[in-house]
Amino acid sequence: MSASRPMSASPMSASPMNASPVRANAIWRIAAAVALLAVVAAVPLTSNVTLVHVGVFVLMYVGMAVSWNIFSGFSGYISLGYAVFFGSGLYTVAIFSKHLNLTGSTVFAFLPVGAVVAGVIAIPVGLIALRVRRHTFVVITIAIFFIFQLMAYNFGFTGGSAGILPPYLNWDPNTFNNPFYYIALIVAVGSMVLAWGIWGSRFGLQLRAIRDDEDRARGLGVKTMRVKLIAFVISALIAGVLGGLYFYFQQEALPEFAFNPFLDLTIALMVFVGGFGTLWGPVFGALLLEPYLGYAQLQISNSYVSEIVLGGLFLFVILVLPRGILPTAREKLTALRAGQQRRSAAKGASPPSGMTASTVQAGSGSPSTGSMR
Amino acid sequence: MTLLRAEGICKAFGGVQALRDCSIDVEEGSIAGLIGPNGSGKTTLFNMITGYGRVDSGDVYLNEKKITNLPPDKVFALGIGRTFQLTRVFHRLTVMENMIVAAHHKERSGQQGSGRSLNPFARAGGPATRKRAMELLEFTGIAKLAGDRAETLSYGQRKLLELSYVMIADPEIILLDEPAGGVNPTLIGTIADRIRELNKQGTTFLIVEHNMEFVMGLCDRVTVLDFGCPVVTGPPDVIRNDHRVLDAYLGTAEEDDDSSAA
Repeated sequence: MSASRPMSASPMSASPMNASPVRANAIWRIAAAVALLAVVAAVPLTSNVTLVHVGVFVLMYVGMAVSWNIFSGFSGYISLGYAVFFGSGLYTVAIFSKHLNLTGSTVFAFLPVGAVVAGVIAIPVGLIALRVRRHTFVVITIAIFFIFQLMAYNFGFTGGSAGILPPYLNWDPNTFNNPFYYIALIVAVGSMVLAWGIWGSRFGLQLRAIRDDEDRARGLGVKTMRVKLIAFVISALIAGVLGGLYFYFQQEALPEFAFNPFLDLTIALMVFVGGFGTLWGPVFGALLLEPYLGYAQLQISNSYVSEIVLGGLFLFVILVLPRGILPTAREKLTALRAGQQRRSAAKGASPPSGMTASTVQAGSGSPSTGSMR
Repeated sequence: MTLLRAEGICKAFGGVQALRDCSIDVEEGSIAGLIGPNGSGKTTLFNMITGYGRVDSGDVYLNEKKITNLPPDKVFALGIGRTFQLTRVFHRLTVMENMIVAAHHKERSGQQGSGRSLNPFARAGGPATRKRAMELLEFTGIAKLAGDRAETLSYGQRKLLELSYVMIADPEIILLDEPAGGVNPTLIGTIADRIRELNKQGTTFLIVEHNMEFVMGLCDRVTVLDFGCPVVTGPPDVIRNDHRVLDAYLGTAEEDDDSSAA
């Protein structure tokens, strides 16, 4: 272990002591993640069609929330134009599938094409929208979103308001959902791994520096436009795949659903509920909210009621938990632990040692102060 | 030899002429001071030099190379580091992460682990960078806080962090905007010591500061700005007794004069 971290010789001499618990903790976490993944992957084995159907939506929303967060959460640029790329991927796959008369499992072969088209569209869109910040950026993304929705309504190759008919998939209804479930699972887990990899990377660090102070980051040599654009495109690629998947799953390519303003609001709400700009927040938010949305769609006949509930939730989160559930919970937990440690320290014989520590710290700064007066 | 030279800089914000025909030279290896009343154009001059604004006219040279109106990242890459009057650290990143962001340009230029720089998912900050960052944090005395988020630091500690992460890129010259402003006296002493040590190692400084004791004790040459124009330049002793300086900056109050002499 000491050989693997030769640089820790002098300044971080304390870290090798902590290294083994940290590593054990990491192993424990990986084991838990693998177990959880196995359980999630086993869901289709239950042959419960409704459960798998809901599962597909949950996983798709996890993928969307996580990929939205890779750009918006990490960089701080709140985009309400995610549906632009979702819809572009959806229509790309729909058009290909219509002209090539795809059937059977080959339909999924064009999902990557949907991703690429969405990613390519993200380049000019990003170059325009990323020139402005904050509120202006939000407004520009909404404007671009409506331009795309209008184009879907009015162009010939999109089929206008009639949309594009999907291919007939004569699969067994009992297992129809399964391929969608596994593709959505791959995309969701892939997005999470991607987000995790980006977080600790130089690229991710630069994104988070942009979130805190873009001008300062630029002043320190960060190529801010390039970094923002790459994140924007990554987010769009995943949106494109999920759009294509949605097309086959819901068997529709209609402008009002491909370019749906509620998609962006839902995703943003999920991320804000869970924890904006965190790794696990979007996952948590999607897992929390999507089952509710599915339930509301089935059980509440008046759709406005569920939207009002969502709006109320958004208000609640912004006012009471502005940083989201996970960061707030973690903070509370840390504070609780620190309090417990203080209390247990106070019970034992440690108060004197605690006192010395603080006096030593104060003393290290005091000689010069003392010499002055 | 002149390291940094601004020549005839003019800059107006609407009807306000912030800088008028402002020229300043900074000798290599020196600590130069820039003083002047509030609104005299000190920070504007910093902004013009470091690319945080465009000059209306005039030119900036580094090592006799023209760098007028280059963007901030280029200016930084060429070797001019700066800090801000109100500290600008990345408050949701840890202290160490702040250092790594600033070291990015150094890593890319191939001095440390150049092969990794092509991979966007490479872990940020190689061992060499982290080691150097740790050394600098120890140098400024905030190494203990390396794992803490920058937002938990006190104002003075943020000043030290800003100084540390500017230094990690090994700039030829560092522009400090009020390094002692709002900092407790002990810490001011620490900051002054660190500046002196860095200067001995070859870093040039240009310092804007209102604390007269700090400026007069540290700087080789001091330039006084008034209404966007240099009034007088010279060693601290001369500046302290120049009547134009007293008029422009220190006013006629006896107390100010006393404190600066002390």
